[in-house]
Amino acid sequence: MKVLVTVKEVGVADDDFEIEGTDIAASDLEYDLNEWDDYAVEAGVQLAEAGIADEVVAVTIGPERAEETIRMALAKGADRAVRVWDDAFEGSFADVASKVDVFEAIVDEEEPDLVLSGVQAADTAFGATGVALAERIGFDHAAVVNDLDLDAEAGVANVHRELEGGIEELTEVDLPAVLTVQTGLNEPRYASLRGIRQAQRKEIAATDLADLGLSPADVESALTLTEMYEPESESDAELIEGDAGEAAGRLAEVLREKGVDA
Amino acid sequence: MSDVLVVSEHRRGELRDVSLELLTAGRELADALGGDLHVAVVAGDVERFADDLNRPGVDRIHAVANGEEFDHTVYAAAVDALVETIDPTAVLAPNSVNGLDYAPAVAERLDLPLVTDVLGFEYDDDGLTVTREMYGSKVETSVAVEGDRFCLTMRGGEFAPAEGVGDAEVESVDVETPESGARVKGFEEVGGGDVDIADADVLVSVGRGIGEEENLELVEDLADALGATLSSSRPIVDNGWLPKNRQVGQSGKVVTPDVYIAVGISGAVQHVAGMKGSDTIVAINTDPNAPIFDIADYGIVGDLFDVVPELVAEFE
Repeated sequence: MKVLVTVKEVGVADDDFEIEGTDIAASDLEYDLNEWDDYAVEAGVQLAEAGIADEVVAVTIGPERAEETIRMALAKGADRAVRVWDDAFEGSFADVASKVDVFEAIVDEEEPDLVLSGVQAADTAFGATGVALAERIGFDHAAVVNDLDLDAEAGVANVHRELEGGIEELTEVDLPAVLTVQTGLNEPRYASLRGIRQAQRKEIAATDLADLGLSPADVESALTLTEMYEPESESDAELIEGDAGEAAGRLAEVLREKGVDA
Repeated sequence: MSDVLVVSEHRRGELRDVSLELLTAGRELADALGGDLHVAVVAGDVERFADDLNRPGVDRIHAVANGEEFDHTVYAAAVDALVETIDPTAVLAPNSVNGLDYAPAVAERLDLPLVTDVLGFEYDDDGLTVTREMYGSKVETSVAVEGDRFCLTMRGGEFAPAEGVGDAEVESVDVETPESGARVKGFEEVGGGDVDIADADVLVSVGRGIGEEENLELVEDLADALGATLSSSRPIVDNGWLPKNRQVGQSGKVVTPDVYIAVGISGAVQHVAGMKGSDTIVAINTDPNAPIFDIADYGIVGDLFDVVPELVAEFE
């Protein structure tokens, strides 16, 4: 079976950051593999190690800079990667449908049996691409999966979906399927030195829209980011000042007033 | 056209709070659009749910009595069919785990622009603009939505729940649902075990700021010194450092202790959803901009590795 893992390089904002126009200044962002996708990659690699998956392919929509991140997925065990980019994405706020356009074309080419996506991207947090993709390509799906037991022979994935409030839904999903992976599904490995060396030799195929038979009009977004700002702090917290000892002393007084005492 | 269709949510026989919040949001949007507010209730005891959803401002309730519990195939088919007959401008679903299991599929199928995790919206002559967060709640954004129709999933807790008794018409709708390729086999409650953090009067709660598993000793000492129970935010449980029954937040436990001490927790919205009802909230965090300070009553901007040992000493 072939597993396709969608991954994204995300910007993580520093504690102190400036907003330039409608984005955080690039100098105040650190780029990293999206946390949820890290778990999705690990799930794919574990299926390969269990002899269930023959190949794990990572796909990303991202500029050349993203190669460093996608190489991390390769270092952790993905076999090869496809990176899609086009001038049409430059400066655009991609909506779910335009991402699905791209992934649909990749699915047509790769013909995976299982697609693993992170539940959401840490930066834009749409949380919708995997399920929308499933609808487009005619796969079934399960969103927010935190337990996965794949029965390749029966052609089903037995999953737990993590609902709110400590309830998990036990669901059987027919393959081929798209699963959106929640953090905690597994323990993502660190890339080993050997893995990092091997990743240098693995293929990252760079692809643009024309290669996929798409035009810029296909991926035109219905959404425009018009404003970005820091939310007004609603804090009315009493900030306790002083060095650690003083602050702890004052806090101890407060806690005792509230009835805390062992 | 110009109507709004709200899709309600229930689980294991209970209407979820977000359903009543969606009525308020849906009514606001319907007023801006100059249309009616329709509400869909799908699966389970639809008559009872329809009664509960019948609040002032609701024009029509559509009950689709297929199945008992949530099934994304049924929900998608029901919404699809209702959109066909109502032809609404907007479809509003909860931005919940189940909402995100069908709303993106519906938007895709009906070719509706989709915006998820929406905090608020404005509709005027220029069209729809929504407010949502990015970068882990560090910034808010305005997003203009192009198109005559759209689908939004709304974050819980942002709109007041609709109150009162309305006089909406309730009609039952027959929807044929295709066989589902995803079958719900049951539910499991996690977070049983030795301790119920929801019972604790005082919680010391630890987050990502603790850095390493071996540093947990520090907060265990604090919990001991205060006679408190130890809980945590999600990353600590994801890392396997504490069992799932210690997790506070949307997917963990909702707690309302007398005192909640957040140590190295930034206060992501999913965490806050699980502890904002605490009587007194204390936060210790190095980042003065951390959202946890927005809901804290007392805050120390400082390094937990300096402050916590001093606090332990105060109580020993």
